[in-house]
Amino acid sequence: MADFLNTTLDELIGNFEFLGDWEERFAYLIELGKKLPPLDESEMIEENRVHGCQANVWLRMRPCNGEPPAFEIRADADAFIVKGLIAVLLLIYNGKTAEQIVATDCIGTVARLGLDKHLSPTRRNGLHSMVSRIQALAAESATQTV
Amino acid sequence: MNAPAKTTSLAKRDGVIDWAALREDFPILQETVNDHPLVYLDNAASSQKPRQVIDAIRHHYEHDNANVHRGIHELSNRATEAYEGARQRVADFINAGSREEIIFTRGTTEGLNLVANSWGLENLREGDTILLTEMEHHSNLVPWQLLAQRIGARLDFIEITGDDGQLDLQWLDEQLARARLLSLTHISNTMGTVNPIAEICARAREAGVVTVMDAAQSAGHAPVDVQAIGCDFLAFSGHKTCGPTGIGVLYGRRELLEAMPPYQGGGEMISRVEFRNVTFNVVPHKFEAGTPNVAGAVGLHAALDYLDAIGRGAIFEHDQRLAKRACERLAEINGIRLFGPKKGRSGVVSFVLPDAHALDLATMADQKGVALRAGHHCNQPLLAKLGVPATARASFYFYNTETEVDRFIEVIHQVRKLFA
Repeated sequence: MADFLNTTLDELIGNFEFLGDWEERFAYLIELGKKLPPLDESEMIEENRVHGCQANVWLRMRPCNGEPPAFEIRADADAFIVKGLIAVLLLIYNGKTAEQIVATDCIGTVARLGLDKHLSPTRRNGLHSMVSRIQALAAESATQTV
Repeated sequence: MNAPAKTTSLAKRDGVIDWAALREDFPILQETVNDHPLVYLDNAASSQKPRQVIDAIRHHYEHDNANVHRGIHELSNRATEAYEGARQRVADFINAGSREEIIFTRGTTEGLNLVANSWGLENLREGDTILLTEMEHHSNLVPWQLLAQRIGARLDFIEITGDDGQLDLQWLDEQLARARLLSLTHISNTMGTVNPIAEICARAREAGVVTVMDAAQSAGHAPVDVQAIGCDFLAFSGHKTCGPTGIGVLYGRRELLEAMPPYQGGGEMISRVEFRNVTFNVVPHKFEAGTPNVAGAVGLHAALDYLDAIGRGAIFEHDQRLAKRACERLAEINGIRLFGPKKGRSGVVSFVLPDAHALDLATMADQKGVALRAGHHCNQPLLAKLGVPATARASFYFYNTETEVDRFIEVIHQVRKLFA
């Protein structure tokens, strides 16, 4: 449910599988990154920073109406490949409830996209950091609503 | 047991070094990365090791390994000779007055921390000023910040002039007049600036300021002579100098070292110990607590032999030639921001492309076998001053070739197309 991508996760995985070599996959990832709606300058603050990533990454999450509430997630980065990864993460996590977020294995999905081995360890750590942040915020919010 | 023969692939044609032939000495340069031949341009972070260094370490472990200094037996004597022989080799390499002025450390960072914690704690007081520059690596900034916080000292900085990365020395004498200690880098790891350290040390000496040189980027790349520089301390790392990781050097003027308290306590650094009393060993052993990195020192010895067989003057010229070629080709890119001096720079080239982020560039270049650095290069305050979150950096060494520079440029153009 990341509307800006106008695609489902299964379609995305299909697209990646269709693309032959790593260069085409990276080019596609960069295209996804370019479609990512930017955060406002005022949101790119320390409070929203995701640490553990070599690029600058900012992430915001808020619960929407509904019971249990689904989360709206927005994020941005200063490097396009990271933005592309964020786009994939949003496709996986955006619009899900805290319980669903905590239960979702996104690293496995990224591996299915065939991108994991092409990402440097530090960059992969960045991905882990983003996922940890999303899951921690979801868990925190779930505790507060109980 | 004699050390292995130290033959190099050094060859000269009409008096000119055949640089490409030296690549034969570096097994790792034959690696394939992501189905491309490796183009290793991250030498400012760590250099590769010639077979001569790898063989020397292997030989040490296979024939001479034992603990040093205390043993009566043959192997301990061999290990001690190898270790102390390496110390003499380092002294010759930087033209120290004696081998007692050479302390083995883990690397540049430990050397700088040693000076801060021993000389600094002993001699600096609340309100004293420590003078640094804006281009220091975190390893020559944070130890002084920690010291300043501990004793209430102040930090002052020689500013840089802008993207050309020169030190603004117009206020140097005024800054020195207020300072007790000056610590600065010989060559900037981000800008490639070669600082006029002999001139700066001479002015510091006149002002009675103690001088510390960070030679991490210079010791393996350019002639470094501590007496000609006229510094009080100088630190460098083995691993940036074709040697192994985990070994480094701190040079200190003998009279300063003798007056300094130990940095760490343990074996090796004592001469007599009672339950409530201790007498320390003489320099340099006073500063080397515990079993030292003997194999590291042996590897470093082989590395320094290797570098001097080529000649550091020739290495520096080769680095500069490659950097010049890279800078000229990079300057053709519209909107590129190139950092560092136009002339007289080292083999370090930092830049920001108008379209591709440094991290994106380095990631994509890696896919094509080109190893670049991207990020803040442990220079966060410098990059903040320049107003960039990250730069891409190519750093050359003597085993890099013109063909590799051209490949690097070609890859940049290929990658930029993806971000257009």
